[in-house]
Amino acid sequence: MKQTISVLVENQAGVLNRITNLFSRRAFNIESLAVGVTDDPSISRITIIVDSGNSVVEQVEKQLNKLVDVIKVRTLEDDKMIARELLIVKVSCTVKTRTDIMNLCQIMGAKIADVSPNTMTLELSDTGDRLELFLSLLRPFSILEVARTGLIAVQKGSGKM
Amino acid sequence: MISGAEALIESLKREGVTEIFGYAGATICPAADALKRSDIHYTLVRIEQNAGHMASGYARISGKTGVCMVTSGPGATNLITGIATAYMDSIPMVAITGQVESYLLGRDIFQEVDMTGAVAPFIKHSYLVKDVKQIPRIVKEAFHIASTGRPGPVLLDIPIDVQKAMFEPVYPDSVDIRGYKPSYKGNIKQIERAAKAICQAKKPVLCLGGGVISAHAEQEAIAFAEASGIPVVTTMMGLSAIPTEHPLYMGMIGSFGHTCANKTLGNADLLILVGARVANRAVLAPDQIGKLMKTIHIDVDPAEIGKNVSTNIPVVGDVKQVLLQLMEHCPVAQTQDLETLRARRNKELTRELPTKTGYAHPARIIRALGEKLDEHACVSVDVGQNQIWACKHLPQKNGRFLTSGGLGTMGYSLPAALGAFVADRDRQNVVICGDGSFQMFENELATVRNLGAPVKIVLMQNNVLGLVNEIQHSSYSGPFGVALDHSPDFLKLAEAYGISGGVLDSDGEIDRALDVMLSHDGPYILCCRIDPDAKTGD
Repeated sequence: MKQTISVLVENQAGVLNRITNLFSRRAFNIESLAVGVTDDPSISRITIIVDSGNSVVEQVEKQLNKLVDVIKVRTLEDDKMIARELLIVKVSCTVKTRTDIMNLCQIMGAKIADVSPNTMTLELSDTGDRLELFLSLLRPFSILEVARTGLIAVQKGSGKM
Repeated sequence: MISGAEALIESLKREGVTEIFGYAGATICPAADALKRSDIHYTLVRIEQNAGHMASGYARISGKTGVCMVTSGPGATNLITGIATAYMDSIPMVAITGQVESYLLGRDIFQEVDMTGAVAPFIKHSYLVKDVKQIPRIVKEAFHIASTGRPGPVLLDIPIDVQKAMFEPVYPDSVDIRGYKPSYKGNIKQIERAAKAICQAKKPVLCLGGGVISAHAEQEAIAFAEASGIPVVTTMMGLSAIPTEHPLYMGMIGSFGHTCANKTLGNADLLILVGARVANRAVLAPDQIGKLMKTIHIDVDPAEIGKNVSTNIPVVGDVKQVLLQLMEHCPVAQTQDLETLRARRNKELTRELPTKTGYAHPARIIRALGEKLDEHACVSVDVGQNQIWACKHLPQKNGRFLTSGGLGTMGYSLPAALGAFVADRDRQNVVICGDGSFQMFENELATVRNLGAPVKIVLMQNNVLGLVNEIQHSSYSGPFGVALDHSPDFLKLAEAYGISGGVLDSDGEIDRALDVMLSHDGPYILCCRIDPDAKTGD
């Protein structure tokens, strides 16, 4: 089962290493990891997705809490979080296929970030499932390159960590 | 203006540090120079690993945070086993390592190693100090982190240019780390639930781990057991939390533990774990315990709850506080038939031992040693057969029992004993080791002389790595790579260091040999000839 863990940490060198260490020493695989600074420049938010059982996630959460650089840890429930991932994808195109791709972008709410005579670079921010869908729709046009940020998430509603 | 190194030493003094164990090298020279001009006592070890073990032994006996200080690169990597050993046994320690110039970090220059990266999986916290102004704050934080909550080692990795940099220090009075707030008092609701479960239980058992000792909660644990009438078992790290003679004490649990303790635990319907993580050597299948009985788990570290044993009632907090809180509810329990348990226990402790010509029986030596030791003696025990024999047969009075229970680090005993000596020079100080472990620390015989430590070493000499030999006999195709051929004549070696010694090779001589050793003025090595076929269960 995939679970999303949101972690607030000190924005310092070496912190990410300590966090990923907790996973690697227990042989847990990280599915996705995204790091960025919060509104407080001394604090970063790390969003981690792990695919493991409940007891594993509970233990990971406790181990994360033990780290001195970790300020807060929260496991976010799927239906109680706003979660997005950014995708940048470069596809090859011709004059003929360009409109089809533009149509797909419109349907999916993606933006065209760059064009060249034979490529288009598209960006889409959405849930992981929607990004997968978008990629599958683009596949017939030949995908040249894909970059994804990994998921970032916050709780729904007025609650905060 | 003073240097970073001077501020480091001043900060250590402000934390109450009076002893440092270490080994010098190029990148720690500024700190060593500042240390030379201070009144902190310095113990030079013979390999850095033992600076860690000495700081550990010192911490365990003094109740203070042990400090060790070594140089960068190989000095630092040699210390790693000392740090990991302390981590696994939750020992408060501050390890200081020199580092190459901060502006050269990452270039693989001479004696550079990424120390904070190397120790990350087995250290409570670490700092790579890049700004001299932060030294006073970081030292204060390091001691706070090492000694509070679940104790553990903290690393300060300090580049040489930071040690040399001049600045105007400001020493903080307090610590505020937003990501580190250990809880002390147990949740009242959980305490009430625990008390209720104890009253309802028919056959509860109290299991004391090393956390009881590190929280200085031995008296509270015994008082709780006595008030509630619950029989007590300990883990290896919990040995010496309760005297062997105590009528409620049923022994050490575990694959190498006392049968009586294991049976008491196996028959229980409620397990009250106190400051114990119950790893695989303590309980063969910790994950099965939850299916057999209810568990109350009291620990200062929330991550221990449910890690190895599934827990019905977790109580997170300082063990001493929680036991006192629990006592307020004075739960009185029904118990297993204590008379039967005691009879079984006595039978196990007074079991007849075999005799073999040319050898002394290890259990007999250790039983006799225990009888002769002072009430408050400190016994440091190594790893292997010697450890199991000592755990099973040494009568605990009100002294201390130091061993590397978590990591099982061979070569721990003598350096730990020397740390214990530095912490309390008047306490009787005995080491029990094997000829394998002896050869891992024998270089520290020089430190024994340096310190003038009258430590008594009981060397179980059977010319084999006994415990591995046993495992290879029982589970593999026979012994391999365990014969300690060409070991030196240990008494001659001792003599070379100016240390006296004797040989014990028959059961009839045990009393006399131990009397000679214990009454000897100064350090002494007693080489006990042990049957190489003797098993831990014999």
